[in-house]
This record gives sequence, structure tokens and C-alpha cells, in this order.
Amino acid sequence: MEWLTANFGDFWSTYSTLVFSVGVHAMLALSIWLTLSCGLLSLANAAFMGIGAYVSALLTLNLGWSFPAVLLAGGVAPAAVALLIGAPVLRLSGVYLAMATLAFGEVVRITVLNLEITGGPEGLNGIPLSTEGWHIALLLALTIYGLARLRRSKVGRAFEAIKEDEVAARLMGINVDRYKLLAFTLGGFIAGVAGALNAHFTFFISPREYGFENAVDILTMAVLGGVSDLIGPMLGAAILTLLPELLRSLHDFRSLVNGAVLVLVVLFLPKGIWEPRRIRAWFQRMIGGRA
Amino acid sequence: MLEQQLLNALTLGSVYALFALGFTLVFGVLAVINLSHGAVFMVGSYVALALITHLQASLWVAMLGAMLASGIVGLLVDMLILKPLRARNAPHLIPMIATIGVGIMLTSAAQGLFGAEVLRFPEETLPAGEFVIGDVHVRALEIAIVAIAFLLMAVLFVALKRTQLGRALRAIAESPKAAWLLGINVEGLFHITSFAAAALGGIAGVLIGLNFNAITPFMGQPMLHKGIAVIILGGMGDIRGALIGGLFLGFAEVISKAYLSSQMGDAVAFGLLFLILLVRPSGLFGRKLERKA
Repeated sequence: MEWLTANFGDFWSTYSTLVFSVGVHAMLALSIWLTLSCGLLSLANAAFMGIGAYVSALLTLNLGWSFPAVLLAGGVAPAAVALLIGAPVLRLSGVYLAMATLAFGEVVRITVLNLEITGGPEGLNGIPLSTEGWHIALLLALTIYGLARLRRSKVGRAFEAIKEDEVAARLMGINVDRYKLLAFTLGGFIAGVAGALNAHFTFFISPREYGFENAVDILTMAVLGGVSDLIGPMLGAAILTLLPELLRSLHDFRSLVNGAVLVLVVLFLPKGIWEPRRIRAWFQRMIGGRA
Repeated sequence: MLEQQLLNALTLGSVYALFALGFTLVFGVLAVINLSHGAVFMVGSYVALALITHLQASLWVAMLGAMLASGIVGLLVDMLILKPLRARNAPHLIPMIATIGVGIMLTSAAQGLFGAEVLRFPEETLPAGEFVIGDVHVRALEIAIVAIAFLLMAVLFVALKRTQLGRALRAIAESPKAAWLLGINVEGLFHITSFAAAALGGIAGVLIGLNFNAITPFMGQPMLHKGIAVIILGGMGDIRGALIGGLFLGFAEVISKAYLSSQMGDAVAFGLLFLILLVRPSGLFGRKLERKA
């Protein structure tokens, strides 16, 4: 037992940041899953994460707010922004929505880069390391629970109807615009909380972490894992976070594998890695083969 | 100094337009947002550099080689990745994500092969010479860049407007299914489009590499952002819009850098874009979109 705890201590001191990252990325992937489940391809989640990270870090550093309050503010701030820009932005659909949210993300990034209070390109340094493992675990669990409940509720059904056919959903009396706004705002909230958590264990944040690449990374996690249920995005987040670590020996070539995995999954596993129906069929074949 | 700035703007703007033309062509014909276009641009500049430094090729040969190589990359992406996705009728998000993967692979390969540091063309390969008109200094290099960019764009316009191939492409842009029913070889034209678009992206990479004389594996990413900006500005899939949008972005960028802060200029550009999308999703010069039920 002692041997186990000692080893776990070693493991934890080396890899805790990595485990934390998996948790935060899982929340981000779930935040984009939420908007995707309503048929919205929004690439604003990295920007929402950034807003959450900066607001929370500034509140901690300048006003000394308590950590729970800071986390809440980190979620509320981007949600408020989402609510504000949602009404005009969500009139767009498909690729146009993706492009508009992308442009919004760039505006946020460049604004943060140029503001005095955010520390410009140097970012914010010396953020207290308040995040602990159980914070992330708890908030991730809450997110999963909330989203799982949401899926089975009237709201979740409405999201699904809108995703499948917007016009039909509207004709059935679903208030499409309001539900889209809800998905967009909730997604912003989750991404913001993830950003706040992230800021309080990395010690340092800079505008570079919330740009186009990160928006694309978040989307990639969800699509790689599969968006048919909640497990897929989290699986994708774990894979894309851990893969670069496992491939350290490849040095400069290691992202090559990342890109190749992405292409291969898109080509050969159209619904992502986690596809409940395929996995069930596979299990049945295993059992059938033995009998 | 305004004249000097305008010259810079024209040089940059013409390359942006060239880059965005390939981008918008793929979107117009294949209905795919090809996010590997920035990486293909980067590949073009490395191929030219490798041809010049390792094979002592002349600049012109290097340019042709770069177009050919990046065109082949584009063709392979279409044949190996986009074609199976088309056959499967994958939703539009899926090919876009596949091209993100291609972009990551190309960037990583370039970083592994050439290193992350900035590489430069040997000084003696660049066209030397400078003219002074009034108080404007015109480098021969800039003239060459603008001339090549406009020449290629003119070729593309004529090809699209006047040839059988161009007519077929425009038919596909309207409706691939109807074009297929009319006996047009849709798959073949998809391949040709992918090749041509990537070749244009590759030569744009060489031109930008020459203009700043700096090549890095990561040069494609900011260019991709600009490409996105241009095609939103000009209307997605709109060829003429890409030309006007590219020039417009070149001017907006140079002027805002000269008279505003260099960074805030970008925010103004993207803020403007954001607004344009809200007010006119089909772009400043695009036709009004029909609402699909």
C-alpha cells in the first residue's frame, strides 16, 4: 500500500498537469458538443474559454475574489457575451456561422493582445495555483450530469429536432431562435468555467492560447471522439491531449501523427471513435464468435 | 509616403487575391472549406527554396516546380481524402476537418524536414534593381510579384469565362448533379480544380516568401486567416469577389498598420468582417443568398 501511494505520488507530481489538461479539455469538448447537438457549428468556444480565463484571473489578481466566485464569474462573463452576440450571429447557419464565430474569436484574441489590463502579448503571470484535482473532477461531473439530464429533457429533444430539420422544428412550434441562443450561451458558460480552471493551474495565460488553432482543436476533439453521445467528446479530448505526450520521441514530427489520426478517423470512422452502435455490434460479434 | 504605402498594399493585395482565388475556387466548385490551403501555400515556398538551394534551379524553374508540387499535393488530397468523403455524402463539416488534419501533417512534416527556424532565399537569386519614380522606390521584385499574380489571375478568369472547361466548372458550381446529368465529367473536374487551386496557393507562397524573404513552417496559418477574411469579404465561392476582396484586404492592412497601431489594425479588419457577415452573409460583392428551406 505504501509502495502504491509513493508511486502514485511520483506519478502525480510528474503528470498532474497533464491529467488536469485532460479534464479541462473534456469540458471544452463537451461545450462544443452542446452547440453541435443543436446543429450549430460554432468556433467561438476558444474565445469563450479565453474570456473566462482572463476575467477569472483578473478578479483573482486584482480584487482577490474567492476561488468559487471567480469560477462562477469565469463562466458568467462569456455566457453574457454569448447572449449579447447570439441574437445577430445565430441568424447565420452552416459555414457562415462558423466563419462569423471564427472572426469573433480573432477580435477577442487581438483585443486581449492589445489591452493594457490583460498584459498584452506577455499575458498574465503569477496566477495563484488554486485549482485542485477534485475541483476539475467535480465540475466535469456536474457538466456531464447536467448535459445528460438536458439531453433527456424537453430542451434536449428540441435541440435534436432543430439539428435534424430546422424548418420542421419551427413548424412544430419549437422556438428555434431561443433554443439556439440557449445552446450557444450554455456552451459559452461551460467553456468559460473550463478556461477559469485552466488559468488557475497553469500559473500563466497569454492570448496565444485562445486563437484559431485552439478553436479548431476543440472542434477536433469532439469530432474525433464522436458526437453521438457525451462519452465521445471526452474520449477525443483525452486522446488528443495524451497523444502528443506519448509521441515525444518523434520530436518535430509528432504532430504529423496527430494530423494523420484525424484524417484516418474522418475517413474510416465517420461517426468518430466512440460510436455506441458499432461498439455494441462488435461486442455481439465477439460473443457470437465464442458460442 | 502614401504612394509608397499604396505600392506595398498593391503587392500584398495581389498575392492575397491569388491565394484567396484558389481557396474560393475549391469552395465554389467542391463546396469544401479547404483549411489545408494555408499549409499548401507554405509547401510551395519550401519547394521553391529547396529547388534553388539544392538544385541551383533558376527562380522561374523554382516557381514552376513549386506550382507543380503544391498542385500535386492538392490533387492527392482530393483523390485520397475528399473523393471518398464525397462518395459517402459526408456532411460539410467532415471534409473541412479532414483538411485540418492535412494542414497539421504538412506543417509538421515541414518542421521536421527543414526545422522551425526562418529560412531565406539566397540574396543573388532575387531579382535585383530598383527604380525611383518621384519619391517612390519600386523594387523590381515587387513589379515581378504584381505581374505574376495578375497574369495568373487573368489566365484563370479567361479559362473560367471563355473555355469549355470553365463553362463546365461553372455548371458544377451551380449544381454538381445537374452537371453530371449533362454528361460533364464531374469527378475529373473536381481533380483539376483541386490541382489548380493548390498550384495558385503554392505560387502565392513563393511570392510572399520572396517579398519578405522569410520562410517558416508556420507561415501558412496567418495566410489562411487572411484567405478566410478575403472570401467572406468577397462572397464565398465568388471569383471576382476574391480578387476585389484580396486587394481590399491588402490596402486595409497596410493603411491601418501605417496610421493605426500595427496590431489593432487586424482587430479592426476582423471586426469589420464580423459585421459584414451579420449584415450581408453573402459578402460585400456577393449575390443575395436564397434561403433554403
